[in-house]
Amino acid sequence: MHPAYSVIFFTVTSGAGFGLFTMLGLAPLFGFAPTGAFGWTAFVLAYLLSVSGLVSSTFHLGHPERAWRALTQWRTSWLSREGVLAIATTGVAGLYAIGALFFDRAIIPLGLLTAILALITVYATSMIYGVLKTVQRWHQPLTPASYIAFSLAGGSVLMSALVALFSAERSPPLLVLALALLGGAWAIKLVWWRRGDTEPLKSTPASATGLGHLGRVRMLESPHTGTNYLMKEMVFTIARRHALKLRAIAGLAGGLMPALLILMASVVPGAGLILLIAFAVHIAGLFVERWLFFAEARHAVANYYDRG
Amino acid sequence: MDLVTALPETTARKLGLVIDLDICVGCHACVVNCKEWNTSGYGAPLADEDAYGDQPVGAWLNRIHTYEVKPDKGLAQIVHFPKSCLHCEDAPCVTVCPTGASFKRAEDGIVLVEEDWCIGCGLCAWACPYGAREMDPVEQVMKKCTLCVDRIYNENLPEVDREPACVATCPARARHFGDLADPESDVSKMVAERGGFDLMPEQGTKPVNQYLPPRPKTTGFDEPPADLVSLAEPAAGGFLGWLDRVLEKV
Repeated sequence: MHPAYSVIFFTVTSGAGFGLFTMLGLAPLFGFAPTGAFGWTAFVLAYLLSVSGLVSSTFHLGHPERAWRALTQWRTSWLSREGVLAIATTGVAGLYAIGALFFDRAIIPLGLLTAILALITVYATSMIYGVLKTVQRWHQPLTPASYIAFSLAGGSVLMSALVALFSAERSPPLLVLALALLGGAWAIKLVWWRRGDTEPLKSTPASATGLGHLGRVRMLESPHTGTNYLMKEMVFTIARRHALKLRAIAGLAGGLMPALLILMASVVPGAGLILLIAFAVHIAGLFVERWLFFAEARHAVANYYDRG
Repeated sequence: MDLVTALPETTARKLGLVIDLDICVGCHACVVNCKEWNTSGYGAPLADEDAYGDQPVGAWLNRIHTYEVKPDKGLAQIVHFPKSCLHCEDAPCVTVCPTGASFKRAEDGIVLVEEDWCIGCGLCAWACPYGAREMDPVEQVMKKCTLCVDRIYNENLPEVDREPACVATCPARARHFGDLADPESDVSKMVAERGGFDLMPEQGTKPVNQYLPPRPKTTGFDEPPADLVSLAEPAAGGFLGWLDRVLEKV
């Protein structure tokens, strides 16, 4: 699949933003009320990340001026559900933030609702891809699992950075949580990659043409001498050569380096800054991970363009 | 607001195409007539970019691939393969549409796009395993086969012309149009007789359009002939053979 930058940016940043909303919603339960300067910074960041992601996702539309229509088909379409849920989440989070920032009171039920809605929003984002049978690598339960896990991991790293920056003392339980979520997310991703690499393809040139019973099928002549929308959008193969190297880069930046930085932050002074760097490196790694998510995905229509 | 991306439980009719892979000669006439009709028919024109330049690219609703099918033993076979929207019963392109621009008609099963509602997100094209939907490079809305909905019900046309442009133009009669829900229709009988099949049944889309397989080869060739010259110039016997040998010596 063609890796459009707007969609990569959207899924990574909105994932981190909703991850932070989840953490903020649950924070009072763990003794960090998101109030005062800490609360302001955290909420502004969560809104920037989630809203900029949503706005960037409209950049790849042919008709962004009609984007409101995308909120109407929530009964069948995960893309529509994602839009509705994102608005609901940011709305409820707004009420929660008003209580926390203006009245110095984090209302726990609103926080819980924010956290739950944020997670369901990320689930809906992942299901835009997970529901597509045409891309076998995406069509597996671990797709939503990995999106949610990365969202929580990013949110927890950012949350621990903000807590360290504003409270001047680090929170060991939060650091352990961030480490555990990072580890869990990458464990899911590794299994996801492995499944995608080893599962035999259900659709083949033989099933695509129905001619498999006559012999080995390969395309001799393409429909036109030039390229076309389908080939540009869905028969993208450039990444495959470097896939392994890019996976290593994604894992190093997205998982290993942030984990080492978190460990470092737990012993040396200046934890806030170190954790902020950990978050930045993690996000950079996720951009590579998400680029591969698209670039490595093989669409069923590629079977029709298979020159064997 | 009507919620239209929900698929109809059943459709009264299942209008669609039956494509005979035994007959198609790969002339692309259906491709051209499809483009010609649909660039001036339903919805926005079917645009091309750089049409006369080095890198022409454009939206087409019907494309013909040509495949080589090579058995383990024996000669390869060439199959021309027209491909357009299959108007699936369980159309995944419709349910993923966030706007309601994509819908499947309950009365005849045709899958259409309401172009004024389309935001051009491209998700329906991702959901289709067949590559039946293409983004218009100029209008930035999704284009697809309409089964020539503006021909088949068009009372301004003589009745004989009320069939899809691709079917009307096929010089080999490899394409047939009809109601696949009616077991007595010509197309249904053809499918029953010839063993018509679904493309990618494992995708669970339940396509309405059916393909008829190439008939078994009747020639005796299992291997390429060793001496191609002898095929072009068969050895003559009798008087002609004698004449041939004499003239060879002269």
